Amino acid sequence: MGKPKVGFYWFASCGGCEESQVDIADKLIDVVNAVDIAIWPVALDFKDSDLEKLEDGELVACFLNGAITNSEHRKIAELFRKKSKYVIAYGACSYMGGIPGLEVSKDKESLIERVYLKGDIVVNPDKVVPVQEFKEDGVRIEIPEIYERPYSLDEVIDVDFYVPGCPPTPNVFLDAVNTLLSGKIPEKGYVFGSRKSLCNECPLNKTKPEKVLVKEFKRPHEVILDPEKCYLAQGVICLGPVTRGGCDALCIKGGMPCTGCFGPLEGIKDYGAKAISYIASILDSKDLDEIRKTLEKIPDPLGTFYRYSLPRSLFYQKSVGDKK
Amino acid sequence: MKEITISPLTRLEGHGKIEIFLNDSGNVDKAYLVIDELRGFENFCRGRPSEDMPQITQRICGVCPTAHHTASVKALDSLYDVKPTHTARLIRELMYNLFMVEDHALHFYILAGPDIIVGPKAPKEERNVVGIIKKVGIETASYIIKTRKSVRDMMQYIGGKTVHPVFGLPGGVAKALKPEDKEKLQELAKAAKEFSIKTLETFKNVVLKNKDIFDLFMNEAYRHETYYMGLVNSKNQDEFYDGPIRVVDPKGNEYAKFPVEEYEKHLAEHVEPWTFVRFTYLRNVGWKGFVDGKDSGIISVAPLARLNVSDSMATPLADHAFGEFYDTVGEKPAHYTLMNHWARVIEILYAAERIEEIVKNEELYGKNIRNIPEKVNEKRTGYGVVEAPRGTLIHKYVTDERGIMKDLDLIVATQNNAARMSLSIERAAKYFIKGDQVEEGLLNMVEMAYRAYDPCLACATHELTGMHIFDLNIRNNKGEIIKTSVIGN
Amino acid sequence: MNDNFEPKIVAIFCYWCTTQAAELAGTSRMTYAPNVKIVKTMCTGRVDPQFILWAFRNGADGVIVSGCHPPSDCHYEDGNFKWFRKYVLLSKTLEQAGIDPKRLRQEWISASEADKLKKVITEFTEEIRALGPLKHPIREGGD
Repeated sequence: MGKPKVGFYWFASCGGCEESQVDIADKLIDVVNAVDIAIWPVALDFKDSDLEKLEDGELVACFLNGAITNSEHRKIAELFRKKSKYVIAYGACSYMGGIPGLEVSKDKESLIERVYLKGDIVVNPDKVVPVQEFKEDGVRIEIPEIYERPYSLDEVIDVDFYVPGCPPTPNVFLDAVNTLLSGKIPEKGYVFGSRKSLCNECPLNKTKPEKVLVKEFKRPHEVILDPEKCYLAQGVICLGPVTRGGCDALCIKGGMPCTGCFGPLEGIKDYGAKAISYIASILDSKDLDEIRKTLEKIPDPLGTFYRYSLPRSLFYQKSVGDKK
Repeated sequence: MKEITISPLTRLEGHGKIEIFLNDSGNVDKAYLVIDELRGFENFCRGRPSEDMPQITQRICGVCPTAHHTASVKALDSLYDVKPTHTARLIRELMYNLFMVEDHALHFYILAGPDIIVGPKAPKEERNVVGIIKKVGIETASYIIKTRKSVRDMMQYIGGKTVHPVFGLPGGVAKALKPEDKEKLQELAKAAKEFSIKTLETFKNVVLKNKDIFDLFMNEAYRHETYYMGLVNSKNQDEFYDGPIRVVDPKGNEYAKFPVEEYEKHLAEHVEPWTFVRFTYLRNVGWKGFVDGKDSGIISVAPLARLNVSDSMATPLADHAFGEFYDTVGEKPAHYTLMNHWARVIEILYAAERIEEIVKNEELYGKNIRNIPEKVNEKRTGYGVVEAPRGTLIHKYVTDERGIMKDLDLIVATQNNAARMSLSIERAAKYFIKGDQVEEGLLNMVEMAYRAYDPCLACATHELTGMHIFDLNIRNNKGEIIKTSVIGN
Repeated sequence: MNDNFEPKIVAIFCYWCTTQAAELAGTSRMTYAPNVKIVKTMCTGRVDPQFILWAFRNGADGVIVSGCHPPSDCHYEDGNFKWFRKYVLLSKTLEQAGIDPKRLRQEWISASEADKLKKVITEFTEEIRALGPLKHPIREGGD
């Protein structure tokens, strides 16, 4: 029996997920030896027809990263679904929509205006804007239509497993690869990483008070954090308590609080809502005016609590089949 | 008009493409570099706290996040009128030079490498990372992977994460180094310097000692006389982290030198209907179309441009390599696009020497890593500039009195090169593709013109849709695709 | 504005105060707009922001949450404060996401304030009628 065939692919991606995969460095050679990488555009050539020629289910697994932002992405995603036994959504963008998901404004016309007519240094007296179909002198160039918002992968196809993170850390990626190779396939919908929140692996956990009570929230540039003491206890917003662990608390070790890129814990549908509940519960105030004033120190709850997960939130998420 | 699509992959719509149109004689009439995605960064930054911008803007690109992160944090310094502490500045510069080493090395060995190390006319199946490993041997390949990994591991230690670091705050950085770190850093500096010297050697062996490839590098097909732009220090030497922006004209005379706060006076952007990228050009020279020369405002950035705007290099070995470079090429500014590859390798050496200098400085290990900003400046505007691996990168922020974002402008490296890239592709296409003869090896010659710029299409449209798989299409006069190729970013 | 539009309101009332007020309104034969579906919870402190989002997702044009008067009426001591803090953050989040925050109303109605309850429900129903049906992608995801 030949080596299991796998594929890697990206949609609307910043490239960080690819970098994180390559960052397993020397272990990459072990992976390359254990599997037959049939599709890997970042390193190997690839045609659509390569994918079409595969038998249904011929790929044991494919790792797809990036959000879905146009119909071409959707077509390829559906093709991968057909040709793969297991589809794995890799990274925050394909799992939850990611940071591009913050762009949910439906007002594309005003975006075009802002970028091409009102840009700070744009010189455009003829008011030229990019068009979907450009024709001139026998030349014809098409630019595709973009969806009105980024979609997470499971809004367009059925997804088996998720590898969280922005980007996922190499250990979580390796865990996913090794689990699949071992044959001990987890239940559908399984999210790799830890079953527990980030606090469990945080080096500052011992200094977290039994009952966290914060009188005032500070923005990170307003304070110099003591690197040996729980950041939450020092008054900055750290989303560790509501975020899935598995990243080894890299940001905390880098001197900054967690921003939630690994997403929610088991069974939580809407990450941001849980984050709101959590911050509300640790605020130490029983005075309505004081509460309002203190919470004004969080000027951007949407961006703070839904930074990586807005498309997957209850505000937006569609189930597969709803999406036109 | 015939249109040839260079694409071993017909995945047009979702990604970028190069469209080449042939006339009735089968020669190239026009070529277009089409970037077909836009995500609207300008929209969704509004209402966000400006101190979140370093972490948010870097998601534009997972290959060069440190560049955006650093430009962003410098824009915050400017916004809050706060200077980083000396220790913080050293930490930022250390992080930045480590990043330049590993990013330039990634491009040289993995992205451009297949063309140079395996050979531009080698069959497509071998022109990839696997082919490189075969050519250089598994030991050398392991050495390259290992060295890059140790650089990236150190970046993780200093900056929190390698991909999407967290170290930047206005007035400083988030994490201090410890005196005990000195030994490891000096070891790493030594390894990086050795690596960069070996890389320069590899380049010389593979290109300079190989007449065919050297001639290709010096081919008219790849030559443009444009203006060049880059950051310099007070001695007009190549500088990545900070300095005024210097522009030289095609003859090498200084055309302009200005602090980033004045960029709006010198730079402008041009729009075309067939692509989402905005083409940067010199405002006062003017947009004259896709032509080069002194009267056209088209500029060039990135390694070749940076060397062209510099009088010398700030570190000894790099400076020696700089002299050797211009002696060999025989002109300054060097106008041969493929010489970007050589310039890139010289910059790896410079970055490694800078790292060596920085880690010797005792202040790097100090405890004072931040000046707390007081309030947003009167104009509520901040400007930050760095030299990203791919060229000059500017972040400009406008906020309210609390520092909450109202607007931003991003001038990114690859858009600064976009016009010249279009020129390069068209010239290479016209030179190599004649009378309907479109063999694969020829197509690769056109792709090489594009790859030399190490373009980051993710950054080019400051869209968070990121890396592209790029199609190259050649069309006949019915608009049908007669040949197609793919270029991975 | 659609004259035939009947707003759908979801009301989340705490058991100890506002639900009792609703019972009182019932036994007193008070009439008020029938547009409201009441959901009972022991304490507003239990109210998860997800409940409100589910309500909008599944057809609600307006949501009203009411509990016991601060500072000292809450049966569980400070559940109402816990709710209020969530409400402040959620309200701003709704606005940022493009949903008019007036569609989420927050009240304190004690067991004896049946009049206030009637007034508030009537007022809120009319406010939502004037705002019109909720038009936002949140509706497209309804299950």
